[in-house]
Amino acid sequence: MRKLTSFHGGLKLNGHKKMSLQEPIITADIPDELIQPLHQHIGEAASPIVEVGEHVKTGQIIAHAEGFVSAPVHAASSGTVTAIEHRSIAHPSSIKDTCIVIQTDGKDEWTETTPHAEDYKRMDPSGLRNLIRDSGIVGLGGAGFPTFIKLNPGPKKSIDTLILNGAECEPYITCDAAIMKERPREIIDGLLIMRHALQAKVCLIGIEDNKPEAIKAMQEALTLQEKTIVEVITIPTVYPAGSEKQLIKTLTGIELGANQLPVHNGIVVHNVGTAAAVGHAILQGKPLISRIVTVTGLPIDKPCNYDVRIGTPMLSLLRQAELQSHKMERLIMGGPMMGFEVTELKSPVIKTTNCLLALTEEELPTQTQAMPCIRCGECTRVCPANLLPQQLYWHARAKDFDKLQKYNLFDCIECGCCTYVCPSHIPLVHYYRFAKTEIDAQERDRKKSDIARQRHEFNQFRAERKKQDDEERRRKKKELLKKSQQTDEKQDAIAAALARSNAKKAAAQKVNTDNKEANE
Amino acid sequence: MLEAILVLAGLAIVFGLLLGFAAIRFKVEGDPVVDQIDAILPQTQCGQCTYAGCRPYAEAIANGEADINQCPPGGEQVILELADLLDREPKPLSEEHGVEKETKTVVVIDEEVCIGCTLCIQACPVDAILGAAKQMHTVIAEECTGCDLCIPPCPVDCIHIVPVEETLETWTWPYPADESQDESDQEPVEGANHA
Repeated sequence: MRKLTSFHGGLKLNGHKKMSLQEPIITADIPDELIQPLHQHIGEAASPIVEVGEHVKTGQIIAHAEGFVSAPVHAASSGTVTAIEHRSIAHPSSIKDTCIVIQTDGKDEWTETTPHAEDYKRMDPSGLRNLIRDSGIVGLGGAGFPTFIKLNPGPKKSIDTLILNGAECEPYITCDAAIMKERPREIIDGLLIMRHALQAKVCLIGIEDNKPEAIKAMQEALTLQEKTIVEVITIPTVYPAGSEKQLIKTLTGIELGANQLPVHNGIVVHNVGTAAAVGHAILQGKPLISRIVTVTGLPIDKPCNYDVRIGTPMLSLLRQAELQSHKMERLIMGGPMMGFEVTELKSPVIKTTNCLLALTEEELPTQTQAMPCIRCGECTRVCPANLLPQQLYWHARAKDFDKLQKYNLFDCIECGCCTYVCPSHIPLVHYYRFAKTEIDAQERDRKKSDIARQRHEFNQFRAERKKQDDEERRRKKKELLKKSQQTDEKQDAIAAALARSNAKKAAAQKVNTDNKEANE
Repeated sequence: MLEAILVLAGLAIVFGLLLGFAAIRFKVEGDPVVDQIDAILPQTQCGQCTYAGCRPYAEAIANGEADINQCPPGGEQVILELADLLDREPKPLSEEHGVEKETKTVVVIDEEVCIGCTLCIQACPVDAILGAAKQMHTVIAEECTGCDLCIPPCPVDCIHIVPVEETLETWTWPYPADESQDESDQEPVEGANHA
């Protein structure tokens, strides 16, 4: 039995998970129109390689990765590309972003796939990573970081422990629980591929103890031989146990410092859903075109986990789940703690959409009027990142960004524990998010002004150089002119000297003749 | 008595040498204050401060010739930072030098109208306009600082100011608005938390 460590703070929350776990995963209908954003992951947006009017097949690559930190996008079903344009996407800013729109033909005809059933074991890790990259797989837990990068330990680093995150600590969300319960083999297949890519020694699967069925299913799916390297570990249900650093602390006792990545300690963490996607990509050659999405909340009559094609408009998914729209006050993408409100229901489901949570007014009242901070310190007590939320709040409110960085604002995981316990209902995380994006923006501005300064200095330098060159040229011209004048003078002098000497000679001759004459 | 004099004289020589060495070894080139001021200025190079660019303005501030509130592109943010750096009282932006823009802007050249006179290219302080005589000109939007210096020289008025569009990368969370502000003047107290 592994000894577990607990992390600082955290909350015991009501899970609300039973609601969406009563029925097995339902395959969602393919909608008439798929809207596939080019930017569904952390990093550079993908760039489209199809044209409007082109016919695409399911799984065909429609936008390729741009730069290193990026992921390609694949057609989620066969059909015709009708537009590449700005559409509403699920993002707290409600900014529209470029999407490829596909009118589906209902045939769902697959493009050619190249499965690597068991021969992946003979492939080298970098080849495997490239396959995973080309499959467009990103972290399905919610962050959306391209998976192939996290499967690269880098030179001279070895990975001891590969952790699969099945904690799923946020209330309402059950997509990981459902996939663990129903498709444990797919997860384990993917896990073994990831282990091969990383050359990791041991694998741990951390699951919160409020998911006994998932734990049982995962344990039963492991063969005896696999059990020697893979261990399923039950961890206590404390929010946010599924956050990367907190999960590592719980399972291994290692506490990661600020700016420290798990890989520095020989640890890599992936989500269970991501592992299943990796399994599909390698064993069946199928890219990431669908994911499990929890659709839940009181206004939903058929709360369940749906296997949804990426790009499905949220509204059509909600309709299939029988949404009573008059009851719905707000729609949240993600969970109640870390999710954000979706204002445009036509926004598509993307690779990081783990949950659509419809809430009634009673379930999650809209923001109540915030009261002044009474300095009770509750936020500090619950902060799992060991920060001082109250100090961060004061400085964020005063826009004192230097101080915020001194108080390690960027270690905040935005879990929302502090906001949850705040008796004054201060939207603390909102302040931190504001400050984080503002600091990033200032950094971008600073970089841009540095470039402007360089360009201006070079511009000045060039103007100066031109002035000097012009002056130099003028000076040379003058000299040349002078020189030519000087040469005239010399010649005059020579001529004068010649004339003088001639005159002298003549005079001498004259004297001689005169003398001669005198002598005679 | 003699010993004391010798010891003190010896010490004086040693420290004298040390100071002399330090003065040469750690000599600071240029004026660091000007560099610090220049780092805060937005590098728009627009000349609205009445100086020829950001660096001359920084030098003028350092010499006490110019005030800290003459930079409209920098706006309140730059004034606050300068006040912080130079330990002066922040003051509102001087109106005679201009007003702070609400959104960032860049310029675009209407390429249909452009006659290729190169006047804007010569006016651009950051070489952000590309073109040649009697050829179409265009603005490198990435490099444009929004100084608008290219607009007056244009003989055909083909340069227009457009706001920079917000993208997912540049979007920032808005400042939380829904809070009672009755305590807003209260300063945070160091170490006042319960940790």
